[in-house]
Amino acid sequence: MGPEILRDLTFDIPRRSFQFLTGPSGAGKTTLLRLLFLSLQPTRGLIRMFDRNISSIPREEFPMLRRRVGIVFQDFRLLDHLTTYENVALPLRVRGKEESSYRADVLELLKWVGLGERINVLPPVLSGGEKQRAAIARALIDRPEILLADEPTGNVDPPMARRLLNLFLELNRLGTAVVIATHDLSLMDQVEARRMILSQGRLDIYE
Amino acid sequence: MSDSRTKRQKDAPEQASEPQQRRTEMRVRPTGPIVPSTNVSGHALMCVIAIMSFLACLTLGGVSMVRATAQSWQSQISREITVQIKPDDSLDMEKALADARDLALTFSGTTDGKIVDRAATARLLEPWLGEGLDLDELPVPRLIIITIDENNPPDFAAMRKALTETIPQAFLDDHRTWVDRLVAMANTTAMIGTGVLALVFSAMVLTVIFATRGALSGNRHIVEVLHFVGAEAGFVASEFQKHFLRISLKGAGTGGLLAALSFALAGFWQSQTLATPQTDQATALFGTFTIGYGGYLGIAAIIVVIAILTTVTARLTVMRTIYEIDLIRSDPGRTDLYQS
Repeated sequence: MGPEILRDLTFDIPRRSFQFLTGPSGAGKTTLLRLLFLSLQPTRGLIRMFDRNISSIPREEFPMLRRRVGIVFQDFRLLDHLTTYENVALPLRVRGKEESSYRADVLELLKWVGLGERINVLPPVLSGGEKQRAAIARALIDRPEILLADEPTGNVDPPMARRLLNLFLELNRLGTAVVIATHDLSLMDQVEARRMILSQGRLDIYE
Repeated sequence: MSDSRTKRQKDAPEQASEPQQRRTEMRVRPTGPIVPSTNVSGHALMCVIAIMSFLACLTLGGVSMVRATAQSWQSQISREITVQIKPDDSLDMEKALADARDLALTFSGTTDGKIVDRAATARLLEPWLGEGLDLDELPVPRLIIITIDENNPPDFAAMRKALTETIPQAFLDDHRTWVDRLVAMANTTAMIGTGVLALVFSAMVLTVIFATRGALSGNRHIVEVLHFVGAEAGFVASEFQKHFLRISLKGAGTGGLLAALSFALAGFWQSQTLATPQTDQATALFGTFTIGYGGYLGIAAIIVVIAILTTVTARLTVMRTIYEIDLIRSDPGRTDLYQS
């Protein structure tokens, strides 16, 4: 077992809240997001999610819980053999929904993130920023209760970053709690929002 | 007229936007499969499955052919018995041959009796004694071939006793020694064949399992993404199952079909070249190249077994991969699982 990356953290993410998670590289932002996304289990401590202690939830129930959480991975995790449209529609497809029932929604969201003309393009052909937007659209498509985004504007230019931030704010207004892990100070300065600053394993929160 | 024009004008903006919307929607390509249908490991797996099913089908056909041939040798030789009469000065050979045949045919279980005539006997001895043999000059025993009902054979001991009492020079050979030897040989051949079949089947099972796992290892990232976007383990497994079922059916079908074609072609060649030295030799050694309905059913069974095997392996491997992802979740130090 390696050194503890995070310790003595106590915080909550209220419903419909909006916050930035920031801190220097290696501070544990991604680890914290992974803990919240159930892709890591804490060695000690308690995480409660949707009013349940996650260490007492059986494995079989994780998929249902993950469906309530949207995540934007730093490395996008798009499937190279699926088009942009198919990648974004994937969460709906794995929930067994008919394509005709979500087609219009997916196309609309793709247009919104500026990928309306790239729906049939495979990820290897997309630029870094386009991949980023496709990953964001995939996380948003099923209106999650909480959205975790790891450096969601890391590969886009400032106007697109502003547009994506607006998208997150819009989503937040519709009721989704949003956690954005970022280094981008200019992005954080655009919104009056809660800031969670991770440093040397400690967390300071500025409301 | 004016009404219809007004209506058309009213509809015009809608009509203009509709085609535009349709055009946008039509641009979406038909949804592709979640598991990529073609990749290098998939093709390699299909080839491995085709080769293994071809070999397994050939072995199955070959073994069933050898068994049939061994059985036919055995039944041919046990369908006949031979009465041998040694020459003697006091014996009228032709009369003794007729008497012995008639006596043998009085036993139930005999169906026919044929005296090997002088010319045939001379032909039998020709390889050793040459042509133009005069049988009167040599004390050559004469033979009677009695055909028997192999399912209801006569009482050989009683027949032997009756023959010896009537004609002391007669000797009954019921081929028991040969039959026993052939039975032993046939059983050994069938056993060796079954052993080879078991080995080929084991090799096929292991190869298919490992090739399937190998092909799946290249798709681990797909399993991970599906798992993280909320797919249930059963859903992920069923997607991979469908994909690998298709691959295995194509591969095993091709291998099985090629094996069936090989047998059909060999049988056709044999029937077209009847009575030639090559065919006679091949027939004597291997029997006829036909595997019958049983053989074709066996080939179909092999295809089904391979399909089930591949599908089940794919399912178990995907479930195990998901389990490993969850293990890493609880212990990130378990990076060894990525290499397994």
